[in-house]
Order: sequence, then C-alpha cells, then structure tokens
Amino acid sequence: MSFDINEYYKQLNEGEVLLAYKGSITSDLISNVLEVVEEKLEDLSETSKIRKKVYNVLVESLQNLYHHIDDFPDAVKGDMESKFGVLVITRIDPNVYRITTGNIVTSGKIKFLKDKIDKINSLSKEELKDMYKFILNHQKLSAKGGGGLGLVDIARKTGNKLDYSFESMTSGYYFFNLDVKIS
Amino acid sequence: MEPIIIDGTAKTPTVKFDASTGVMEIKGRSIPENSIEFYKPLVDWLDEYSNSSVEKTMVNVQLEYFNTSSSKCILDVFKKLEAINKGGSEVLINWYYEEDDEDMLEAGEDYESIIRVPFKMIEIVE
Repeated sequence: MSFDINEYYKQLNEGEVLLAYKGSITSDLISNVLEVVEEKLEDLSETSKIRKKVYNVLVESLQNLYHHIDDFPDAVKGDMESKFGVLVITRIDPNVYRITTGNIVTSGKIKFLKDKIDKINSLSKEELKDMYKFILNHQKLSAKGGGGLGLVDIARKTGNKLDYSFESMTSGYYFFNLDVKIS
Repeated sequence: MEPIIIDGTAKTPTVKFDASTGVMEIKGRSIPENSIEFYKPLVDWLDEYSNSSVEKTMVNVQLEYFNTSSSKCILDVFKKLEAINKGGSEVLINWYYEEDDEDMLEAGEDYESIIRVPFKMIEIVE
C-alpha cells in the first residue's frame, strides 16, 4: 500500500504539539517558525540549555529541508505545494522534545542518506566531534550554502541517535522521515 | 580604510570591524540559510586589512546561535586572522559564551584546535 502523507501527518499531531506545519519550506517560513517556537519555549520556562538545543536543532532541521528539498513531477506531488516539507515539534515531557521532519526524495538518494545517518549513529561523542571538525575544515559550502554538517551537528548537540525511515510513495519516490529527540 | 558597521537582524549578527583600532566584533545570531553572501565582504575586508594592520588585533566573537552554514564562513574569517597573525599583527580571539552553554564553549574549542591563533574563552555570567 502506498504511503499516505495526510494519515502520517495526522498521527504526528498527537501529544503536546508545539508546532505542526506541512507545506512550502521557504526562508520566511523558517524565520516565522523560529520566532514562534522561541516564544513558546520561553513561556514553558524550560531550562536555557534545552531551549538553546531545541532552537539549534530546529534551525539545522529546517535548513536541511530548505537546502535539500527538490521539486517533483505533478504525478508525485499531487496536491502538495512546491518545496513541500513537514515539520512537527512535540513536547514529550518537560525538557524533552521531538523534532520530526519529512520530505520527498528520489530512490537514488536513499543510499546516500542511509549511509550517512547510519555512520553518524555508529559514532561516539569524540568521533562525532572529529567528523564535524574534518568536514568543517575540508568541505566547501554548496552554492545554496549547505555544508554537509547539519546532521552531524544535530547528533552532536542532542547526543541521541537519529531515527529515520523511508516510506514508498509512487514508483521511484519515497517519503524520508527523520525523528530527532532532544533531552 | 573604512570600517565595517552592520546592524544585526534576526538571522545575521552585528558586525563592527575597525582598522584604525584593530578591534573587530561579531555579535548576536548567525543563522542565515546561505551565509556566504553575508561573510564574503568581511573576509575581503580582512584581506585588505592584512596589508595595513595595526600592532595588535583583537577579535570579539559573542554569538548566541550560529548554524552550520555560518560555521564554515566563520572558519574562513579565522583563517584570514591566522594569516594576519603570521604577518604584522598580534591577533587575539576572545570567544564569549553564556554560562552553561557548553555547546558554544565546545564550538570555540573546535576552532581553537584548527586555527593557529591564541583564543581566550570568556564565560558571560548573568
């Protein structure tokens, strides 16, 4: 059975949701989301440590989407907007958050993403630091400003494993779901 | 040389680079989607400054947040400072971080281990 984005989104909207969005991921959207979430985190009087971590991970998650979302043929997109992505921030417990992002990828990208995330998940704190420093010092920024550091940074800052899945949509296209826990 | 004075925004930091005093400041948030546009003029300015630098160059970096796109550009700025330090001016980078912000301290230490310029880690206590 083919993956149902609306059903998936509905399921994500359970628990204490701080913010849920599906649609175009633009620079303005990122600014708005950051502003709203920053205010909400202050209202919840979380520790400054958690507030900063959530904010940082949110910036990287959104900008990962922004840099990597491609546009797809209408047959795949259906009624989805261009640059379509999903973002849901859930408060699991006081000072514990989950940031879920989702976007469509071609099957050709799965191996690259899977290898990268599995590699990151296999590394210790020290090894992640070394990987971060190596990429920082040796890899050039892409024309769009992405640097291949976002996921490594997220793993370093959260200290948690990155949880992901690829759900089959129509032939050749998958929905890439990434769950990051901050605690 | 004309100084650089840029007001901060929600996504970009306040910048003050003054060639006559040798004091440079980057302060606030640096989280633009594409940071090259923002940092290129700063790197170019430092390139020019390296030809007429004063005896001591002091660089104050006080960032609340920065994204990974900025982290590479900040490294480019520091690499220029490394060259200036090798040349005519003694450079010191003051890296400020808020109390309990271990991530920001660690980020400073990452740079310190890559760049051959003296760093001073300064904790801001509220």
